[in-house]
Amino acid sequence: MIFSFELLLEAVVFGILLGCFYAAVSIGLSVSFGLLDVPHVAHPAIMVFGAYCTYLLGQYGFDPILAGIVLMPPFFLLGMGVYRFYYETFEKRGSDAGVRGIAFFFGLTLIIEVGLILVFGVDQRSAEAPYIGKALSLGEMRIPWRFIVSFGVALVLMTALTLYLSKTFTGRAIKAVAQDEGALRLMGADPVWIKQWAFGIATAVSALAGAMLIIVGPVEPSLDRVYIGRTFAVVVLAGLGSMTGTLAAGLILGISESIVLMHFGASWAPAVAFGLLLVVLGIRPQGLFGR
Amino acid sequence: MRFWISSACAFALAVLAAATLKNEYYFFAGYTVLMFVVLATAWNILGGYAGYVNFGTPAFFGLGAYTAVVVFKATAAPLVVQILAAAVMSGLLGFATGLLTLRLRGIFFAIATIAVTVIMETLFINWRYTGGATGLQLLRPAPVWPFESYITMLFVVMAAMTVAAIAIARYIETSWIGRGLRAIRDSEEAAECSGVSTLKLKVFACAISGALMGAAGAPMPMYLSFIEPASTFNLNYAIGALASPMIGGTAHYLGPVIGAVILSTIQQVVTVTISSELNVLVVGVLLVVFVVAAPEGILGLVKKLFPRKKP
Repeated sequence: MIFSFELLLEAVVFGILLGCFYAAVSIGLSVSFGLLDVPHVAHPAIMVFGAYCTYLLGQYGFDPILAGIVLMPPFFLLGMGVYRFYYETFEKRGSDAGVRGIAFFFGLTLIIEVGLILVFGVDQRSAEAPYIGKALSLGEMRIPWRFIVSFGVALVLMTALTLYLSKTFTGRAIKAVAQDEGALRLMGADPVWIKQWAFGIATAVSALAGAMLIIVGPVEPSLDRVYIGRTFAVVVLAGLGSMTGTLAAGLILGISESIVLMHFGASWAPAVAFGLLLVVLGIRPQGLFGR
Repeated sequence: MRFWISSACAFALAVLAAATLKNEYYFFAGYTVLMFVVLATAWNILGGYAGYVNFGTPAFFGLGAYTAVVVFKATAAPLVVQILAAAVMSGLLGFATGLLTLRLRGIFFAIATIAVTVIMETLFINWRYTGGATGLQLLRPAPVWPFESYITMLFVVMAAMTVAAIAIARYIETSWIGRGLRAIRDSEEAAECSGVSTLKLKVFACAISGALMGAAGAPMPMYLSFIEPASTFNLNYAIGALASPMIGGTAHYLGPVIGAVILSTIQQVVTVTISSELNVLVVGVLLVVFVVAAPEGILGLVKKLFPRKKP
């Protein structure tokens, strides 16, 4: 084990890129789970589904990012449908929605996963684009372009969503529904409709995140299992529904993972992130940036 | 009393089957079904009674399996000792997990248990003694008298553990512990205000549940003659343990048993006749259909269709 400054710097740079990517794949969950309180365990599965749709569009010559943007409207509708169904079957009935809600999304995860296996098989799939496979050389450091691209998309996505939530009328309504549903109802707004809208947005964001997933590396149908832990870790570390917190938590996860990866080897990396999560849950359950 | 007679009969039937049936495949399949009965029953103690979703079944199961391997490799102790050691270790893990995370509500606890699973898997991937990521080949010792084959013996051992697990779940359900856990599920604040020491009960339920899962995992390495982290800490165990009570019904100790028997049997049949991918789809579809259409599970349906006073 050699501790050198260059190696550490490289780990940090790589960790920042990775962290932004983690934040981007978690941001949809930060809305659906963080703000709306929906135990959306199927979020990573929907993302992987988005990645496969990106792959399909790629077969017709679409660039992955463009494909991700094209996929956003249909995913928006899909998300609205899923939330409507969830609301009618669980939230409306009220009693014991917790356990069954989680079980429902868990079942949905399995259905999406096996559906993908049946259509595409268990093999890994990857996208093609000019920036995939090349790397930017900075002195001794080589940074793959695909990470830089995902970094850029992540920043744009997060800025856009933060602005949307704080500046627009609907965006503020979404934040309001997270704070006090009853008060919103007194203002004459329909909280269910706003939540449905917000869940649609969260799902649309997941489509783009799915595109980034296939840009950063090859995807396989069971990839969602890895990301269940990671995305929830980021959202919980961040403190529910905090967008800047999501970015910070993604960075913490990315940097710590990449430092451990470079100094102790790949096999230790996942434990660090989750050890961190457990400690935060034990000491500060409201998250690092929670209210 | 009726409970003890029927469990004695079921166990006797399992022993009889072990003594007469010659086709070993039945024991391979039957072992898996019984194992999922134990896992589902264990899961239901915390998940069904108290309403805390545990995704960490693989952590407890896997720790049990690895404890058995370590005990076996270090001392060549018999299976019973391995199972007891596994139960103790996984029980301790359950205790620690409970202390750390059971102050959290609902989904946060679920996430924490995922984290525990990943950490356990990482630990065993990096531990050379148990073969690291590549795993460890194990040589089965000779079966103990009166058994002729090791698989049959494992099957009978698992049948005994199933009876024990159901008896423990039944005891918890009918005693003050079960009443306390149900109060926690319905309203944690109200339970706390009524003098239920919620944290103590939850940690106890988590430890018992973990110990049973660990015990269920202990014979697994011998069953496969092999152990390896990726398959031992597989999410599929969490799926089976969670889906079975949801399908069978969470309110009664028979719910997970019925759910696990139906689910694992279908899975075994689908795996053999169609494909192993489809068996995960079966779970997914059944899970969604049941939580949406029959929230009380099969037992709830039966109660609705044949309304009568159950003894």
